[in-house]
Amino acid sequence: MTPIHLELTQPPAVRAALQSRWPQWLAQAGLLAGFAFTIQIGLFGPAAGNANFAVIAVWIAWWTALKLVFIPFGGRAWCGLCPIPLPGEWLQRGALLGPAGRGWTLNRRWPRRLRGAWLQVGGFALIGLFSAVILTEPRVTAWVLLGLIALAMIASVVFERRAFCRYLCPIGGFTGLYARLAPLALRVKDPAVCAAHTEKVCYTGCAGGYGCPWGNFPAAVRDNAYCGLCFECLRSCPHDNLALSLRPFGRDVVARAGARLDEAWLALLMLGSVLVYTAVFLGPWGWLKTAAYSVGSPAWLGYAAGFVLINLGLLPALFGLAVRAGQALSGSRRPLRAAFAGQARSLAPLGLAAWVAFTIAFAFVKFPLVWAVFSDPLGLGWNLLGYSAAVIWPEISASSRLAQAAVLALGMFGAARVAVRTADQTREALPVIAFCLAAALALLWLLIG
Amino acid sequence: MKRETLARWTLGVLLAGAAVFPLAAYGLARRDVVEIHGRMAEAGGWTPAALTATVDQPLHLRLVADDVVHGFAVGGTDWPAIDLFPGRPVETALTFDHPGRYTFYCTRWCGLNHWRMRGVIEVTGPGAAAAPAGPPLYVQLGLDLDAPRPAPAAPLPERRPSASRGAALAVELPTLIEPRGKSPAAIWQSIRAQAANAPFNDAELWDAVAWLWRSQTTPTALAEGERLYAANCAACHGGAGGGDGVFAPELAHPAEHTQLEAGHQTQPPTAFTDPAGMLGVSPALLHGKLIRGGMGTGMPAWGPIYTDAQTWALVDYLWTFQFDYTDNP
Repeated sequence: MTPIHLELTQPPAVRAALQSRWPQWLAQAGLLAGFAFTIQIGLFGPAAGNANFAVIAVWIAWWTALKLVFIPFGGRAWCGLCPIPLPGEWLQRGALLGPAGRGWTLNRRWPRRLRGAWLQVGGFALIGLFSAVILTEPRVTAWVLLGLIALAMIASVVFERRAFCRYLCPIGGFTGLYARLAPLALRVKDPAVCAAHTEKVCYTGCAGGYGCPWGNFPAAVRDNAYCGLCFECLRSCPHDNLALSLRPFGRDVVARAGARLDEAWLALLMLGSVLVYTAVFLGPWGWLKTAAYSVGSPAWLGYAAGFVLINLGLLPALFGLAVRAGQALSGSRRPLRAAFAGQARSLAPLGLAAWVAFTIAFAFVKFPLVWAVFSDPLGLGWNLLGYSAAVIWPEISASSRLAQAAVLALGMFGAARVAVRTADQTREALPVIAFCLAAALALLWLLIG
Repeated sequence: MKRETLARWTLGVLLAGAAVFPLAAYGLARRDVVEIHGRMAEAGGWTPAALTATVDQPLHLRLVADDVVHGFAVGGTDWPAIDLFPGRPVETALTFDHPGRYTFYCTRWCGLNHWRMRGVIEVTGPGAAAAPAGPPLYVQLGLDLDAPRPAPAAPLPERRPSASRGAALAVELPTLIEPRGKSPAAIWQSIRAQAANAPFNDAELWDAVAWLWRSQTTPTALAEGERLYAANCAACHGGAGGGDGVFAPELAHPAEHTQLEAGHQTQPPTAFTDPAGMLGVSPALLHGKLIRGGMGTGMPAWGPIYTDAQTWALVDYLWTFQFDYTDNP
């Protein structure tokens, strides 16, 4: 059982607020309206990315908040608010609030062959290939958002539960991987109560709440990766046996059990992507930026080949060599696949630290743009919040460099700790720690060097 | 079921608000204002590029830069240029006194084809269009702007000619009906040929030519020329006139740059600091090149944009790359 340190749902008012559908639903509905607004501005607003509400609100404001606040502290807290799956889910349920009514769904089970994070690996890699365009072109941003909503709707109408969130959402793969580090967790309080309870309404659903939309059996949930914090189990459980709690950071990643190969590849892709993004968006290489932006050109094909080769070839190969070397050093007889998957857990703290460090450089300097687009969301020359063109643009100062180095050091420390915990012997972890250190130093060089 | 109905209404109101608000705002904002989008010339330039207006009636414009920083100005007027930052639309109103065809253009070096970012405003209404000043001087003088230019017939100066040194000499200067029709080398030759100037050496006579040139202009015109040069010419010809502006490498090798249209001919920009190239040409020829543009060289035509006084001010300023006009050389 996961040790619980501070139960947030102990005060009746907090429990009642989460058990009621309204607070969460209102936040979701408000965000969906904001999403519709954002898509419209993306399609019809200013053509310049840095002045379009859609680009700035999504890729600077939201993307920054996700990486700096939601994931490190709340795990999948964003997933509990995300508007993308809502239209499909409402269609599937035949109700906005429910549980009531008959939904529009074929209610198929997700194909066994497509389970795991493999499609998310592909989706995230695909976004990586087109990232320079998606992140800067408002029209493309809007179409990507619309496409995600459409995909989520199709998934909800064909399959049961939240197939989109669990298996398709490229951001969901990212979020789930790093959500394991967050202190916030929704878990059963006493598994014995669940074992004795025969109906398992947390999985099947009841009048109080839907069966887990993420397809989990809450008593079996050991980590944050696939818990979308939708609180349905909190609503359906007749024994009030679920609790939202705070625990120390990184509690879930040190577990050896349940490590999976698809998640290992996802972790490598996330780490490699942040290295490539740093080089493209923050590096001094204009030709690289141009290549990443010129989608379809021979230069872009070169960039795409490089992206795929680094993230799905070179990094996994190097990591595999490190794992193999660790086994040779320690004489461990664990199968390479299991060792690869287990040791890849150490990439989570480093990967999240890398994304935070990248975000500090990428988003902080662009933050005045957020103020500017919220002041003039339609690009009509309004000034609702008193934005001044003379605003002092933050620069990458010594203190932010220090913060980046500190975050990376923290991530490296976490990576080393997890590597040791997931290895048979300390010696086995050494090559993987060296791999992580090399990645951290490469990023530090790209960011600060 | 009541809860569900309430939820449906709430969602309906929220989504309708999100849908209607921007559409209504865009609809209202665009009612009586012409929105002009500026993009780099290869991406379309100004859209729309042709406008109409009526004399004495304000033309309301909303100017939007879509990609990079552009500037907006109307040729033949003294309205200050407006800087356009991407996504920060600027509203302005133009009221024309006279009918005519006005050119609006980009004032920021937004790319290699920056100067192609032009559009026209046809202004109709009562009153006479500004009367043309007659054919330009190069036409009156019968100069062929595209003829190959021979090297100056005079020996090139060994030091930089100084107007103030020239002023101190009692060189006998020719009386010219149209001094702007002659090149400095031609003037130098004519004063060298005068017996009264025999005591002066070649360099002193060049000083006298520099003085003659400075006496044809004013500090105000030179300042205006300097401003126009920095704004419109330095991108190609270089801030110091050396033909080495930021776009010069692309102009020297047009085939290597995809920004230029296929088959578009360009040449390296003229270096105004080169005495062999400058001292053999007349101000009238430079004036002609400026207003007509250099056929097949990439030099834009500035005739639709500068007033005649501005063009001459710019020509006057170009000579400062050859002659020292300061008081203490």
